Amino acid sequence: MTGNLLEIRDLHKRYGEVEVLKGVDCTMAQGDVISIIGSSGSGKTTMLRCINMLEEFQGGSIRIDGEEIGYDTAGGTRRRKKEKEIARQRAMTGMAFQQFNLFPHMSAAENVMLGLVKVKKMARDEARIVAEKWLDRVGLAERRDRFPSQLSGGQQQRVAIARAIAMNPKLMLFDEVTSALDPELVNEVLQVIKDLARDGMSMLLVTHEMRFAYEVSSRVIFMNQGRIGEEGNPREMFLKPQTERLAEFLKTSTFN
Amino acid sequence: MELVTFFETLWLARIPIIKGIGVTVSISVLAILVGTILGIGVGLALTYGNRPLRWLVRGYTDFIRGTPVLVLVLASYYVLGTVGIDLGPFQAGVLALAVFCSSHVGEIVRGALQSIPKGQTEAAKAIGLTFPQTFAYVLGPQALRQVLPAWVNTAAEMVKASTLLSIIGVAELLLRTQELISRTFMSLEFYFFAGFLYFVINYGIERFGRYVERKTSIPS
Repeated sequence: MTGNLLEIRDLHKRYGEVEVLKGVDCTMAQGDVISIIGSSGSGKTTMLRCINMLEEFQGGSIRIDGEEIGYDTAGGTRRRKKEKEIARQRAMTGMAFQQFNLFPHMSAAENVMLGLVKVKKMARDEARIVAEKWLDRVGLAERRDRFPSQLSGGQQQRVAIARAIAMNPKLMLFDEVTSALDPELVNEVLQVIKDLARDGMSMLLVTHEMRFAYEVSSRVIFMNQGRIGEEGNPREMFLKPQTERLAEFLKTSTFN
Repeated sequence: MELVTFFETLWLARIPIIKGIGVTVSISVLAILVGTILGIGVGLALTYGNRPLRWLVRGYTDFIRGTPVLVLVLASYYVLGTVGIDLGPFQAGVLALAVFCSSHVGEIVRGALQSIPKGQTEAAKAIGLTFPQTFAYVLGPQALRQVLPAWVNTAAEMVKASTLLSIIGVAELLLRTQELISRTFMSLEFYFFAGFLYFVINYGIERFGRYVERKTSIPS
């Protein structure tokens, strides 16, 4: 045990011939809020998706709280863990997606309850209380019985965040959660994330919202062509970029 | 008066006609039931099976769907006997219809499952659901809603296809009607009447489908 919450070592990921992650190392401690920025195709979303095994990876290792994710590499051989084991490990992290991905046939409360009842084996009444608590936290207590199609994009995304957080994950993964939203709905979602950060939730965010990354992060990682191009605290990164690449990238990003 | 004669004849023939309806309904229900269960398996195999399984099942569905139902019925009755599987006309007929039904339901199920966005599976995985759980609570219920209209259609087709079993001597509604006509020569009246009964059965299926659709629809 190193005491790190997340430890990524030499992560390699290929799609056929194309190598999208070319050896990524990253550690984060409990309570860290890390934003991953970079141009599209730089591998930031892929890296996030490897952490909860939505993507397979071919080399390196990922550990959460010291536990090796997805594969067993002890003794020199590399074997994918059993599906059931991977499902259990996925529940250690929570994830919010660009497209929300709420279950359309369930109400907001049922969306949040599903994992609690089926994965955490909570009784329905108990799960409902937890679900309502979290829906309240994201400001949607009175919409708990609405279906996703009856909610705005921002509301859907907040339900999706509640669904992930209610599972009490060790680490939250946010994958461009505001990219699919109308501009006027972005803030309500960012506010929810800020509140969670303030409460000490450990999180990794892939984002294009530079000001938000600047304000909320304890550290920023700039991904460039499948590698970490630069990392540091947001102030240094945004104000005094060390690499040409990052300076270039920041110039083309809007900072609002 | 011809109408009076028709009703008198109908009354006298009521027992065989009711029996015919009973047989038609039994054939249809059995074929739809067995065909649907098989079809769900076919659909799952086509969507989630590994390559050899997919190819095998793809071959099965393409072959069955490309074959006339009548040929399946005749083959089931006459050909299976030569390889030692001796089925009565009723069993052979139901088997043929169920197999036919399964290939259609399989395609419907595959289409419905594949139309569900990948994000649904990913969201389910992300909260720690296993695949069987994902299917039971996330994919299945969504697929069911999509499948319903096409499934009702297939069910109605099966009722119509059950008439083909008259060829191998199953005394279903059409064969009973034909026997009646050969005795009374009232072909126009009784063919029309039989047609009406088939319509009533299928209309019932359609109403039932609509009802389930309404009951399971997602509020918007």
